[in-house]
Amino acid sequence: MTSLQQDFSKAQDRWRGLEDSKVPVFFVGAATCGRAAGAAEVLEHLRRRIKTKKLNIIVVEVGCLGPCSFEPLVIVHKPGAPRICYGNVGPEEVIRILENYVLGDDPCAEMALGKMTPGRLPGIRDFNEHPMMRRQVRNILRNCGLIDPENVYHYLAHDGYRGFLRALEIGPDKTLEQVRASGLRGRGGAGFPTWRKWQTCRTIPSETKYLICNADEGDPGAFMNRSLIEGDPHSVLEGMLIAAFTLGASEGYIYCRAEYPLALHRLEVAIGQMRKLGLLGKNIHGSGFSFELTVKKGAGAFVCGEETALIASIEGRRGMPQPRPPFPAVSGLLGKPTVIQNVETLGNLPLILRNGAEWFTQYGSKTSKGTKTFALAGKIKRTGLIEVPLGITLRDIVYDIGGGIVGDKALKAVQTGGPSGGCIPAEKIDLAVDYESLTKAGSIMGSGGMIVLDEDNCMVDIARYFLSFTQEESCGKCAPCRVGTRAMLSILERITAGEGEMADLDKLEKIARTVKDGSLCGLGQTAPNPVLTTLRYFRKEYEEHIKKGQCSAFVCSRMISYHIDQKRCSGCGACARVCPVNAISGEKKKPHVINQNVCIQCGVCLSTCPDIYAAVYRRSGELTKYEKRRKKKEKTD
Amino acid sequence: MKKRLSRITDILARYPAGRGNLIPILQDIQGEFGYLSEETVEELERLMGISANEIYGVVTFYTQFRFRPPGRHRIQSCQGTACHVRGGLQILKEFEKRLGITAGRTTADGKFDLERVACLGCCALAPVAAVDGEVHAAITAKKVSYILSQYGGEKGRKKK
Repeated sequence: MTSLQQDFSKAQDRWRGLEDSKVPVFFVGAATCGRAAGAAEVLEHLRRRIKTKKLNIIVVEVGCLGPCSFEPLVIVHKPGAPRICYGNVGPEEVIRILENYVLGDDPCAEMALGKMTPGRLPGIRDFNEHPMMRRQVRNILRNCGLIDPENVYHYLAHDGYRGFLRALEIGPDKTLEQVRASGLRGRGGAGFPTWRKWQTCRTIPSETKYLICNADEGDPGAFMNRSLIEGDPHSVLEGMLIAAFTLGASEGYIYCRAEYPLALHRLEVAIGQMRKLGLLGKNIHGSGFSFELTVKKGAGAFVCGEETALIASIEGRRGMPQPRPPFPAVSGLLGKPTVIQNVETLGNLPLILRNGAEWFTQYGSKTSKGTKTFALAGKIKRTGLIEVPLGITLRDIVYDIGGGIVGDKALKAVQTGGPSGGCIPAEKIDLAVDYESLTKAGSIMGSGGMIVLDEDNCMVDIARYFLSFTQEESCGKCAPCRVGTRAMLSILERITAGEGEMADLDKLEKIARTVKDGSLCGLGQTAPNPVLTTLRYFRKEYEEHIKKGQCSAFVCSRMISYHIDQKRCSGCGACARVCPVNAISGEKKKPHVINQNVCIQCGVCLSTCPDIYAAVYRRSGELTKYEKRRKKKEKTD
Repeated sequence: MKKRLSRITDILARYPAGRGNLIPILQDIQGEFGYLSEETVEELERLMGISANEIYGVVTFYTQFRFRPPGRHRIQSCQGTACHVRGGLQILKEFEKRLGITAGRTTADGKFDLERVACLGCCALAPVAAVDGEVHAAITAKKVSYILSQYGGEKGRKKK
């Protein structure tokens, strides 16, 4: 193990060199989301300015720190001063920070989110005091956004691979015991105790055993795994080493979706580095433990997140699930005992081994230990990747961390667990976020997608949306799922088109129960959840659609009609010119009208009508809605 | 330029024999040629000893594989949950309108492919779309034509 010791000291030197750097350092968040927000441009401008001015400044690309709504994020180290994190840094802003703070002495407090290291700087609070960060506990994400994910020495300098070395030291039995004592449960969705899966696999005598990391994050509305791999790939890989060592697995696969090109790249880079450090291959650091690792790129099939379908896909076949038992832990990949773990589950392991099970159990609730990452998105002010102790309430997440609803509208529901989960209504906002409470409420923990819905979201439409997804992704092997999801979808389409009947609701519920009970795999068994929870909590909305032909959120376009307020319309003709079906007519400077028989409800007239008139409004059932507010009085001259 | 068959055998040589690597091999071939063809399947049947039936079974199962030549620029309009609740469908419709094609098609001039994808994983910046893998954040209907113009597309292609 001497060689890794040398690497540790090298890593310490390198990291400290950066931390106490005598020259300024810019850490730019350049994960996929950061890039989407413009980080690539920021980097380009910054580097160009550094070059033309011949400045001695280091630029480091890091992963995502989490508060995505503040992206692009830049952390600046100026020698002798605390490190500052800036938010919403565009190309102009980064140059301003460079000129005013790094080369001058104005810390640009107005752009700062907070200080990352201790020290006094007037007008800038601690980063951990930022409302989005205050309630978070960043264990799994501890390195994300702070280290260069393509530099293994940065990981080593943060106690990287010490968890694995600890496992080697105490042996597989005691490692398993640590995982058992920690109470860690699978972070992929179902929450199965990790140690139990491992124990089953360990009792099966077999020379070959496999470990698979499931990074096929297929849930729409979830990006926790992408962020962790992009920001700190080695933490997941170290988790794989610990799991493989405990199981006696000699080969591992990472099944990662093709839609994540940067994550795939980071994995390849990191695996190359592991090889160089002797952390892969035969007889790793003289322990007698051998392990090889291969990345498999998914080919686009949601069902491959299901364990047996994923195995079929790695074997080169159609990704269709198998009946269980036998469970993969008994007979999985190529008929050998196989353990499949989610990215985040693996990311927890190094911490448990390094700090001990007791440390881990200080976070979380009675049955749900540890912390969990969530992808917070939808109609919320502060979106992003967050990590919180399990057992925290939805209210804390939505209002404290997320800052409440965009435009201070009314919260309607929180959707957890993606297409397998459900919608938790606003009145249950004090629900504790743990495995049991979410299941009791009809939803699931899922992998961590959390979409906030407000009064402008139609719950029937949400159910239809998820069903159209699962119906399309159903592999077609078993009839309840194949036929049932289609039948549910067609009912939901009817209701959202204004053609539903009251009898449809009972039918919908009956089919949903059949699909839940009769489907072969998790996809089908959970596909009805969005329907069942919306029926349970939002039945009134369904009834409104059916009885009144009314969509009170103004989402279901077939139930909405567009009209022109004759008092407000000036006859400017802007709407008539853009109407794609020529449904609008009227004389110049006289109020126009929309021919309802021709109108296709595209809404272009509404968005085109100048704000000074704001004459176009919508109707649905008994409701009327003026979206725009007139900015001035209607008289223009 | 190398003959296509030898390009295929080059790809096969990267992998150990056996059917386990059929999917990565198909991915590599599609990466090399842009799409799969009937000839490719026949050649693979011969070279790998897997029946064409089975290969078609795999190819048609996964959404990634295609049998038509791709357009020069690939547009992926995200229809994930966060994008959906923030108007992702309107963005897709705007792309369709501007390009004059429906999702899953290629423009007549071969310039753009339009796809709907389940999730690009940039939910916090919804709605998003990716062009050639580069993700554009917080798109509005108005921004669509600007994005297209960056890739030399949509010059007055507005429908009347």
